[in-house]
This record gives sequence, C-alpha cells and structure tokens, in this order.
Amino acid sequence: MLRASLRQVSAALKEGRVTPTELCQRCLALIKSTKFLNAYITVAEETALKQAEESEERYKRGQPLGILDGIPIAVKDNFNTAGIETTCASNMLKGYISPYNATVVQKLLDQGAVLLGKTNLDEFAMGSGSTDGVFGPVRNPWSYSKQYKEKSVPKSHSEDEESNWVITGGSSGGSAAAVSSFTCFAALGSDTGGSTRNPAAHCGVVGLKPTYGLISRHGLIPLVNSMDVPGILTRCVDDAAVLLGSLAGHDPKDSTTIQDDFKPFELPNLTDVSKLSIGIPKEYHVPGLSSEILALWSKAAELFKNAGAKVVEVSLPHTRYSIVCYHVLCTAEVASNMARFDGLEYGHRSDMKDSTESMYAATRREGFNDVVRGRILSGNYFLLKQNYEKYFVKAQKVRRLIANDFVKVFRSGVDILLTPTTLSDAAPYTQFIQEDNRTRSAQDDILTQAANMAGLPAINVPTALSERGLPVGLQFIGRSFQEKQLLTVAKWFEKQVQFPVIQLEEVKRHDSGVFQHQKSASFS
Amino acid sequence: SSGGVSAHVCRGSTARAAPASMSVLAPWIPVVGLEIHAQISSNSKLFSGSQVQFAAPPNSLVSFFDASLPGTLPVLNRRCVEAAVMTGLALNCSINKKSLFDRKHYFYADLPAGYQITQQRVPIAVNGSLSYSLCIDNKMSQMVTKTVRIKQIQLEQDSGKSLHDDTRSQTLVDLNRAGVGLMEVVMEPDMCCGEEAAAAVRELQLILQTLGSSQAVMAEGQLRVDANVSVHHPGEPYGVRTEVKNINSIRFLAKAVDYEIQRQIEELENGGTILNETRAFDSKLGCTVPMRDKEGKQDYRFMPEPNLPPLILYDAKSLPANMNHQQVINIDWIHERLPDLPSVKREKLVEQYGILPEHSFTLLNEDGLAEFFESVVKQTQMKPKKVIGWILNDLLSYLKQHSLTVKESPVSSSLLADLLNLLEKKEISSTAAKRVLAELWKGEGKTPLEIVKEQKLELLQDQKELEQICQAVMAIKTGNRKVLNKLIGLVQRKTQGRSNPVLVKQLLEKKLSE
Repeated sequence: MLRASLRQVSAALKEGRVTPTELCQRCLALIKSTKFLNAYITVAEETALKQAEESEERYKRGQPLGILDGIPIAVKDNFNTAGIETTCASNMLKGYISPYNATVVQKLLDQGAVLLGKTNLDEFAMGSGSTDGVFGPVRNPWSYSKQYKEKSVPKSHSEDEESNWVITGGSSGGSAAAVSSFTCFAALGSDTGGSTRNPAAHCGVVGLKPTYGLISRHGLIPLVNSMDVPGILTRCVDDAAVLLGSLAGHDPKDSTTIQDDFKPFELPNLTDVSKLSIGIPKEYHVPGLSSEILALWSKAAELFKNAGAKVVEVSLPHTRYSIVCYHVLCTAEVASNMARFDGLEYGHRSDMKDSTESMYAATRREGFNDVVRGRILSGNYFLLKQNYEKYFVKAQKVRRLIANDFVKVFRSGVDILLTPTTLSDAAPYTQFIQEDNRTRSAQDDILTQAANMAGLPAINVPTALSERGLPVGLQFIGRSFQEKQLLTVAKWFEKQVQFPVIQLEEVKRHDSGVFQHQKSASFS
Repeated sequence: SSGGVSAHVCRGSTARAAPASMSVLAPWIPVVGLEIHAQISSNSKLFSGSQVQFAAPPNSLVSFFDASLPGTLPVLNRRCVEAAVMTGLALNCSINKKSLFDRKHYFYADLPAGYQITQQRVPIAVNGSLSYSLCIDNKMSQMVTKTVRIKQIQLEQDSGKSLHDDTRSQTLVDLNRAGVGLMEVVMEPDMCCGEEAAAAVRELQLILQTLGSSQAVMAEGQLRVDANVSVHHPGEPYGVRTEVKNINSIRFLAKAVDYEIQRQIEELENGGTILNETRAFDSKLGCTVPMRDKEGKQDYRFMPEPNLPPLILYDAKSLPANMNHQQVINIDWIHERLPDLPSVKREKLVEQYGILPEHSFTLLNEDGLAEFFESVVKQTQMKPKKVIGWILNDLLSYLKQHSLTVKESPVSSSLLADLLNLLEKKEISSTAAKRVLAELWKGEGKTPLEIVKEQKLELLQDQKELEQICQAVMAIKTGNRKVLNKLIGLVQRKTQGRSNPVLVKQLLEKKLSE
C-alpha cells in the first residue's frame, strides 16, 4: 500500500480498503523506523493524526475533498506551516513557529492532505547535498537498498554502512528521501538552481520544477526570489501532474504568479511520438559528466529516435556562463533576503547587549552557518555601488542571454530538451564533504540551473540504476507554461524505461500491514 | 541643473547675510533644494493589507509582511499608485508608463526587513514643476510667482518608529507606520531662501490636500521636509551642501533654511569650510546642529525588488482592449478627474468675484475658507468684494485668535450671510454689524436678527422720528432750548426709560454746544 501511487492509494481510500488514519499511522511508523535517514526535521504526529481523523470523517460521510484527501504528504522545512516549527535547518529559526501557512501548504490542507512533517534540507536551501543543515545530513535511502548493497563492495565490514552511505543531493534531500523511502506519497521541495531535480535524481523519484510564476511562493522562505519555485516530488509523473493541478494558479499574495487560472489536467498515454522534436543541447556535455550517464543520455535519445521522434542537436551557447552568473545573482539576493534575520522580530537573538549593532552582529554570527554567511558577504560585495554595474548588472544581462538561448531553440521547432540531471550518481557522504559547499554547488547545479535562469519547467525522471546500484535520472526541459506537454513526454519516457522499485527491508516490513516498530536500523 | 539660479536670488537675503565689511566681496548665492516625504492617504499600507491610522496603539496595525516574517511578499496597493499618479499629474510630471521597485538596504531597528522598498532607478513620475507665489518684504500686495522643478516622485515604504529609552538602555519599536505608502517628491535646488522653500512646500501641501493624495499634516508627520542647502559665489560651482532634517512645520522650514544659509556664509567668510553633513533643526534654539552620524557613509546596496513585477500604467492609447479594468490604471482617466488645483481655484476666485489675487491666496491657505466665502456670497446680496473683507478681517482673525479651523467656526456661513444681508439692506450700521458678530461668536444659537432686535441695534428708519430729532437739533441750534425736553424724551424712549434724565440732559447740552 505504501508503495502505491497517489491515484492508487486515493482509490483505495475511496473504496475503504484503507482508512486515512491507518495510512497515516503506517507512514508515521515507517518514519520512525527510517529515522536514521534524517529525512524529517519535525514529525507532526499529533496534527497529522488529527487531520487523518477529519479526513476519515469526510470519507465516512461520502464527501472527500478530492484526490488528495487523506493522503500523507511531507513539506520541505523552508515552507511556513502554521503551528508547526519552520527552521530552514538553521539555528536562526530553530524553534520558530510561523503564524501562517504558505499558500501551497494551505492548498494541500484545504484539499484534505495529511501533513506528516517537515523535511530536512541544507541551511536555507543553500547546498546540493542536504549535508549542510544544522540538523545533520540526510542519508539516501538507496544506501540501504538491496540493489546498492549487492553492488557496492565494502572496504571492511566494520565501516560498512557508516562509510558507504550516499548523499541524497539537495537541497530538498529530505523530501526526496521521504518520497523515496515511502514514508509519504508526495512531498514539496523548492527549486532555485536544481534543488528539487537534483535530489530527485539521486533518490530515484520524479522531481518537477514548474514554470516560474505558475505556483505561489508566498510562504516559501526565499533563497533567490527571481528563481525560486516550489518543487514537486512524487513516485511517478502522473502523481506530479496531480500535485501540480492542486497547487498551480494565481495567488493574490504573490504578485509574480500568473494572472490566469490554471486548469488541472490528466496526462494522456502517448502512443505516437513521431510529431515530437527532442532537442539535445550539446553544451550539457560538460567535463565531469560520468560516462555512465552520458551513455544513458544517448540511449534515451535513441529511444525517442527509434519511436519516431525527431531528435536534433541544439546549442545553448550561453549555458557555460550560467554558473558564474548564478553565483552573482544568487548571493546578491541572499544578502538582501537574509537582512531581515536580525533577531528583533523573530528567530534567534544573541545575548550580546552592548549595542543594537553588536546584537545584530552576534545574532547573525551565531544564527547562520559558514555557507550562508559566505554568500551574504559576497552578495553584499556585488551590490556595492562601485561593483553593481560590473557584477550584478552584467550577470542580469547574461541571464537574459541564457534565457534567450532557450527561446531561440524552442522557436526553431524543438518541443522538449533532453539532458542529464546530474553529473553522476550519488556520492558517498565521506567523499562528498571533501569539497566545500560552493565548489560542490557549482558542479552539481550545472545541468539544472539554466532552467531556473530562464524560468522554464523541468522535470527529473528516474531512468536507470548505475553500476553501483544507485538511481540515475534524466531531465526534460519544456516551454514556459507548457507543463502538460512536458509531463506527457516525461510519462511516455517513464513507461519506456521501467525504473526499478527500491528494495528496502524496512518498507517491506511496514507495508505488510504489521505495525511492529523495530529500533534497530540494520538490514539483513 | 545649474540654470537660472541667479534669477531666483531672494531679495534681502544676500544683503542681510554679508556683513558691511565684506561688501567688497562678491555676494553669496544660496541654493536650496528639498526632499519631501508625503504619506499617502490610503486605507491600507503600500504593500500589505494593514490599516493606516495615526496614533493607534503601538504595534496594533502590523501585518506579517510589515513585521517582515520570512516568506511574506509585497502586494502593491492600487490606491497608492493612483495617489502618486494624481500627484505627478498635478505637478506637471511625465508619468512613467513603466516604473520599477528597488530595495535600499540598511540595518535599523524600525526597518524589519533590513531594506526599504523604493523606486531608485525608474520612479513613477519625473520632470515636473511647481509654481508658487510669495510676497516680497512681507507685503501682501507685492506677490511674485516662482517655479521650482520637480525632479521625480517615487513610491516607497515608510519605516516604523524607534523610541530610545536611554535610562534603561533599550529601544522600543512601533511598527504601525512600517510600510505605510510614501511619495518622495524631490525638488531641484531652484530656491534660495527660507521663504521660498516655505512657500513652495505650502503650495505642495495645498495641492496634496486638494487631490486627497495625502493629508499632508506636518505635525502628524504626514509631510516631512528635508532641505539641502549650500552657498556659492556667482559664476562659481555650487558649494558643499548640508542636509537639514527634523523640520516639523512650515514656519520652522523657513527658519531652518535661513539659519543654515547664514551659518554657511559666516563659516565661509571666517575662512572655514562646510562639511557635507546632516544637520538637525532645533526649533527651541532656532538653529541647526550636526546630527550624530554613527555609521559614516552608507552604501545602500540597491537591488531590484524581485517580488514585484514592473509597475505598468496605461493611457487611453495603450490600454489593451481585453484588460480587466480593475487590474489596470489608466493615466488619462485619472487626469480627466483631477480636481481644480489651488492655482486654478485662485484664478477662478479672482475672476468670478473680482477679489484681489492676494485675497485668493489667503482664502486657499485656510482649509475650507474659500468654500465658506463662496457659500456666504451665494446667500447674500452683498458684493463679493465687500464680503471678502468680512471673511478675511473679521472671521479669519477671530478664528486665528482662538486657534480654530474654519470648520470649527461658531458662526456658520449662513449666519454670516444673514448678518451681511441686514447690513446690505441698511437695517443695521456696520458698527452694529460688528457688535452682532461679536455676539454671534458666543454661539448661543441666536440669529443675527434676534440679536439686532434684542440689542435694539436696528438703524432708525422712521422718517417722522428722524425728522423730529433733526428739527429739535435745528431748534436748539437756533436757540430754542425748550425742545431739549423733546430730545430727552426720545432718548428715554430709545433706552426704554432706563436712562438718567439729568445725565442725558447734561450730555445733550454738551453735545449741542459743540
């Protein structure tokens, strides 16, 4: 049951094969026994069970609120949730309880979804590993899968799992791990430079970054306002479409959302791809791209070609400036967005009382980690009067060029772009932390971040397992606001590749209907 | 922007400024520019739904956005944009069809987000002008009209208020004002003395109040004026300027600017230099003092506000046909509905009623006075030219004496009209009319006619009676003392028999012998 898709479980709820409370309890139990993954920062057990109970009442009356009623979901801990702690994985907001719900959270609750808890991330979503939050790193559920364990050869038995577990990617690693380990049916992430798609790829789940402006950002604690988009993490493409339908549309509280109403859609089963034109951007063939992924990418292109689609190589010449451009724009906005954390109105406040200024300084030193402070410093540097033209304005111009590249390609008749999502499969934690956050982010965002620059919709579709038994995904990038086309193609592809289901001992145990918690996190 | 400065030199100020011994030196030219913040009169704040209200309990009008809770976003208030467009049009500005919002960063306790949302790059209105008049040498009859260029009008957020409690070494913050909409009006340095600055601000204030775009009450902080002041010799570049803040009335503006000009001239003539600094006006001491500048020069690190799309305005030509009218602002539509501005109102008053231009200024300077005047005129047969005297000399001076507004006047326009009608119909003398007015101020609800009757103030109109009196006077003049009794009788009648006959007789004899 826990491994079912959203539509399947919704049908089961409707038919009374399972009740919302049972479903919620199973998820909560599984969250407990997978606690070692560190996917959740806060588990809202009490409110979740209450929401499930209310949902149950609605089902009893025969009046469920829709397909999401009674469905357990998880939300990244940078979305505001009224009454439930919102921390951004930072000391700055530890213990902070927001008085309001983010629009997306409110929409989910209004449709009867059961909010299980808040998922782990890099502090303020700054990172690509979900390793740099104050609550510790998230572990990739695939580290504990039968598939990975069979293929990875431990150096010695004693350091087995402690040294071999791999990262989830980030920064929405908690959400990706939660969906991947079946503790929830869908999760919200956020995507600024790839933060939804990257962990989705590493955790073998679908990760959708919708068009900028399609989903409200109100209540999402910002990283880069002009690029942030709430992301959707699900088991399959169809589920992503369901979530999108329930979240998208104009929000009077977010002036950057589209004015028109959004019409939810169901995805057709594509049988004929011969009218499709798939673009393969050559600039995505970057140094550092693993041969394994390159091969997979080519294979996917072949798949489309063999099915009759037109597959063309295209060029997005300014992509190579994307990383440095992103660095300037991102840090500048970070410097600005983080200015409000001064300890006065909310969040951490230092005991330093010498002066208001010294209190600010101490509060921010104690509240932010090195990564956040580093970005604030560089952002402020780029915004200085003498640097503004040289860095910020120039970066904005480059951003426009990057966006125009996409416009040109789509205008030439290409419908969808096909690219890798990540350079390689997930790295072991011990290896990942050898490099600093900035270097890692720059490397890991390279394939995903141009879509944010251009505001385009993009999706990671789990494609295959690597030689090490870890998930690898490919990315589809679509035209602005053409989510239906993008998801339709993704669904077709998903069906072709038949990505394997993760084999987790924990889940098997819980999904058999027996709710016996085992403290031990070990697998046989 | 150096053109035309010499044309604006104030009479008197340079002469006053330079001590006699310095008269051989070239005169000083003072240059004054103004930055004015006008709080927009609106129900809710610029980017949030919180109410705008003066003197509400601290922190009672604070939305999540105003407190800058993480994740909140600005939503532009249409009313504030319309107010800015109206103001821009009234100040002859070009309205930018596309304007942008920027963040201006600085840390301060009453600025919760750490930045203010303003319009630094492309403001909503630019390149306007404001004509204002002032009298020369305090003579109302010598008025000159001048023009100051308006550089721009920008929309921005107000900050909260900080209250420093030094004894307990704590700062208390009230965010009620945080996020209230402001229009910053930047006036080019086209003025050259306190009087000019004061007259320009007064005219702006009248315009804002006429438009209703701001209540513009300086005492309530709805209009805040900072003055940039410098002095230089003719033909030389502008001097180093200082910024004078903390000016909270128009009278103090004139004083502060003149003091600062004087101070700079004296400083320079004594071989000193002017620092580019911010100074505060101390209204008690009547001087400007340097403000403690804690952080030195600020770099505000301006950045585009990413959460607000460009502000797009339309005119009749560019208005898209399929656009929901609730979602767009049409500049032409607003232009057509602008009320008469003070200058037009004054012209109309002069033209329609034949009053003097300077009178039209006084009429508009008091809130509601012109309306009061027009209402009186409508209700009397008296010529407006005569009515104006009663309005300006009697009504206004009474109100001023008692610190009352026109609205608070105990004498309504219809009461005054009734009174003036009695005068116009010659039922009372103008001396009597003043006595009636004095009675009316008491506000006891009596009509002028009632007062006239009560006090027997009507003019003697009875021809027979008057003939009798006149004859009696003539008779006495020719030596007939007997008729004196007749006169005493008339006085007795007039005083309802309450006068002392002996005293009356003595008085009459004295008067008649004069």
